[in-house]
Amino acid sequence: MKLTVASSPHIRGNFRTNRIMADVMIALTPALAVGVARFGRDALLLTLVSMASAVAAEWLYSVLTGKRNTTVDGSALVTGMLLAMTLPHTAPLWLAACGSVFAIVFVKCLCGGLGQNIFNPALAARAAMMVVYPVGLTRYMGIDGITAATPLHHMVMPALPGESVMEMFLGICPGSIGEISSLALIAGGVYLVCRKVISVRIPASYLGTMAVLTLVFSKTDAPIDWMLYSLFSGGVMLGAIFMATDYATSPAMPMGQIIYGIGCGALTVFFRYFGLFPEGVTYAILLMNALVWFIDRLTPIRRFGTVKGGDSK
Amino acid sequence: MKHLFFGGIHPKYNKEMSKTIPTVQAIEPKKLVIPMVQHIGAPCKPLVKVGDRVRKGQKIGDGEGLCVPVHASVSGRVAAIEPRPHVRGTDILSVVIENDFKNESVTMPIPESDDEILHAIREAGIVGMGGAAFPGNVKALGAMGNVDTLIANGCECEPYITADDTLLRTSPEQVLEGMRILRTLLSPQRTVLAVEDNKTEAIAALQRLLPSYPDIELSILPTRYPQGSEKQLIQAVTGRQVPPGQLPVKVGCAVFNVSTFAAIYRAVKLGTPLTERIVTVSGEAIAQPQNFLVPIGTSFHDLIEIAGGLHDKTERVIFGGPMMGAAQSDLAVPVIKATNSVLCLLKDVNGAAENPVCLRCGKCVSVCPMRLQPLYMYRFTNAGRVDELNRMNLLDCMECGSCAFTCPGKLPLVETFRKGKQMVREAQKK
Repeated sequence: MKLTVASSPHIRGNFRTNRIMADVMIALTPALAVGVARFGRDALLLTLVSMASAVAAEWLYSVLTGKRNTTVDGSALVTGMLLAMTLPHTAPLWLAACGSVFAIVFVKCLCGGLGQNIFNPALAARAAMMVVYPVGLTRYMGIDGITAATPLHHMVMPALPGESVMEMFLGICPGSIGEISSLALIAGGVYLVCRKVISVRIPASYLGTMAVLTLVFSKTDAPIDWMLYSLFSGGVMLGAIFMATDYATSPAMPMGQIIYGIGCGALTVFFRYFGLFPEGVTYAILLMNALVWFIDRLTPIRRFGTVKGGDSK
Repeated sequence: MKHLFFGGIHPKYNKEMSKTIPTVQAIEPKKLVIPMVQHIGAPCKPLVKVGDRVRKGQKIGDGEGLCVPVHASVSGRVAAIEPRPHVRGTDILSVVIENDFKNESVTMPIPESDDEILHAIREAGIVGMGGAAFPGNVKALGAMGNVDTLIANGCECEPYITADDTLLRTSPEQVLEGMRILRTLLSPQRTVLAVEDNKTEAIAALQRLLPSYPDIELSILPTRYPQGSEKQLIQAVTGRQVPPGQLPVKVGCAVFNVSTFAAIYRAVKLGTPLTERIVTVSGEAIAQPQNFLVPIGTSFHDLIEIAGGLHDKTERVIFGGPMMGAAQSDLAVPVIKATNSVLCLLKDVNGAAENPVCLRCGKCVSVCPMRLQPLYMYRFTNAGRVDELNRMNLLDCMECGSCAFTCPGKLPLVETFRKGKQMVREAQKK
């Protein structure tokens, strides 16, 4: 009998990459369901095309470069799904497909693949699409099928939108497929925290920072309303719960995650108040992505045995 | 007050497997190989010659400095004195004894004063039986007058292993008596017996006896790996953190394994040297997992035979537990004083990835009980950056394997850190 001599540990847990990716997709399902219920079949079709293109791009990349086929890890499906969540359902299918290919090939694979990319693939692709074809990303429609302004457009004026806070929370407003219902997104976030896929640190510090800043620097006479509209409008929930928590592009150190979340929240408010577009989530997270390694490096190391309270006698 | 150690994991414990047979079967092998190195420190020199007759408990090896003697674990004839395979992976000088099954034994005089007790602990060849195998008398001497807390480690946090559990179930009085002896010697303020809450029968057995031991407190800790690691146990029991590179005495603690306490009791009160111990033989690859009372020097091969033999698809035989144990290539290696388990595992339990990928998920950071940054240590070891490894305190890593167990990308973390530590140590020498 040939016995294997290998390093300890000799057993491994069942926390696997594809389980994590499946959990993220499960967590996104309520938000997708709200989007499909509100915008119809186009929303679902757009999402499926985006996911399929992402997987196809990753597979093709592995074939062309002779690298190992990594599509089974499920990360391309997640990227495709996340990208579709940020699009209005009116976006052309070819645009979603091109965006997915860009996200997978240029943002992820060429950086070294899973875990190696600096920027969030879905958001980087969205940013690129905003530059190349902004029209496709900004045609939002109301319930009656005619082009409508999103609540964020009202807030630029600045004014409170026509929708009530509760309508915003539930997702009864124009917007991108997966961003409209804060309730559905928070439900997904709670699921991810319970499954220990993400920690609450990044979403909490992100949303907390935004809440404080919008309350203190309210643009209207009703600071609490202004704060709630700010949190429930645009891509804040999708960004804070699903985009900013992307493993590869967020800090791994607990303290670093809090600093990063605060940075994302502050930049989102800054871009919304002073930027060219009404929305700032994409650029806030992308900018913080660039600082992730730097933040992790600067995070103080609380070495065992030297911590305060770790008293010697 | 309850404390928690940092990080930690909850592996599948699989402890019931070896407890289906509740009793401890004593075994009598034909031939024993007793290595001259079974402790941390200087090796023993043989005190017998080939052809000598020895009795059980007779000293057959001893040395100078940091060293404790080894004894014959059966009566019989010395058949050979030569290097033999050892669980450490190299051949080590060993005394080979052929058992005559006459079971003649010798005992030591019963000590009275503190000095005599310390001497008896040394003469009985007592080492830390949880795995580290540090000479017991040296540890006790260093702790005299310097500790306020004496801890008996009955956590046994490694999956599969039930040797300490079995000792606590079947002979709890030996452990408590051993604790009483060291308590008298060290006079600490607290004397704590720490067990994890998954050992319900052992806890019940102890609780029946505790009224007779009012000075000993039982601390029942929530089961979590690596609770039985010395620094983590001290943190769990007292809230104190042993500073980097220091010994538990620095924070006023002394920790001994429960098996060590029982061995101290047998040496000091019965005059019996350490010649046998309870060993768990378990795992999916063994026919009948169970606990044995094993003479030191019994080969893994003999133990496995008595436990019904190995499964055809056995992949690994491990000295110790699945988290920190050492995989063996040669089953001729003998049980030594620190062998708490012979673990036999099948092929599919490991699940190593052919293409390990770091997702940067940070789980390794959150489970590390030493508060290190495994993902970056992995990267910087592979990049050969000793400066960064020093900055990240790589040498604090105790290789508990919590990070590698948790890693969804299946990175070979512990293996890589061993290489990294080697690099750091070599750089320090220059």
